[in-house]
Amino acid sequence: MGLLDAAITRHNVVVTSVDNVLNWARLSSLWPMGFGLACCAIEMMATNASNYDLERFGIFPRSSPRQSDLMIVAGTVTMKMAERVVRLYEQMPEPRYVLSMGSCSNCGGPYWEHGYHVLKGVDRIIPVDVYVPGCPPRPESLIGGLMKVQELIRMEQIGISRADALKKLAEKSVDPQFIIEQERKAAGA
Amino acid sequence: MEEGKVVSRSLQQSAAAYAVIHEKFGDALSAFDGNETMPFFEVLDASLWVDIALYMRDHPKLKFNYMACLTGLDYPLEEKLGIVCNFESIGIFPHKLAVKVKCAREGGSIPSVACVWHTANWQEREAYDMYGMLFTGHPDMRRILCPDDWEGFPLRKDYKVQETYHGIKVPY
Repeated sequence: MGLLDAAITRHNVVVTSVDNVLNWARLSSLWPMGFGLACCAIEMMATNASNYDLERFGIFPRSSPRQSDLMIVAGTVTMKMAERVVRLYEQMPEPRYVLSMGSCSNCGGPYWEHGYHVLKGVDRIIPVDVYVPGCPPRPESLIGGLMKVQELIRMEQIGISRADALKKLAEKSVDPQFIIEQERKAAGA
Repeated sequence: MEEGKVVSRSLQQSAAAYAVIHEKFGDALSAFDGNETMPFFEVLDASLWVDIALYMRDHPKLKFNYMACLTGLDYPLEEKLGIVCNFESIGIFPHKLAVKVKCAREGGSIPSVACVWHTANWQEREAYDMYGMLFTGHPDMRRILCPDDWEGFPLRKDYKVQETYHGIKVPY
């Protein structure tokens, strides 16, 4: 049961931990930094726009790294851009999250062998929390990745490190095949 | 061109344009290569390249007012680097012509035609960035795409990518 549901059913009195309230507040207004590097950015913009409407999750791009919680690395990171990405990351206040969107920023993508100018994975320069595969990923995949970031925030507690939170998140992983089968059965297919 | 061979109208126009240039510069040019895809000639005396360029742009029968493309080339067997330029005459004549200029592979240079066609400014910088030939008389001879402190010239046939750039590993 979510925090708000509890408030409605129990006469607007909620008893919960500080961690819970903090995490709920943070994951409900996740502000990504508004910057894109290549074609993935087009897909990210489509996700922000009315059809997929990221604002219903409280996710809205901010134009300054100082106001952002999340960096969506959307597109090919060139060697020339790599240092700028690091600088932007360092300008973001903590706690900050990084979502690597698309094959290029995950591992170099189609440029992995002959792309002398491409950084082969943004995780070589900044720590990445969630990887979204695809070339480019559909808005649904990006939303899936953002949900994963929200879940990661939910795992966090005062006093535990990011690595531990990621470990807790990994323990909670669900086999997608199982869910797909379940949904198929429910639909009567 | 061989006698009796049927050639297209556009190729005839290119050959006529070449004849006008050849009349003036003679042995500084190679023979005309009348292929259908990209008819071209080579400038054998590279020091005359700017004069030829001005002549091509300003001669009333040529008026090549548009440099459509300038590309670099690597000829490792000949130990040479070169450029290929495609010219058109927009709104005046229907003819098209390509020009090749070559220089030595190590420390070679080609006269810049950025003063003739301004579009050559960035294109020559790109050719320098990728192949490493210098353009003498260019107003701003720097790399254009790669970082200023990049090592090597990426489109040369024997290019090996550097191991690290500013402490970041470059190969996969």
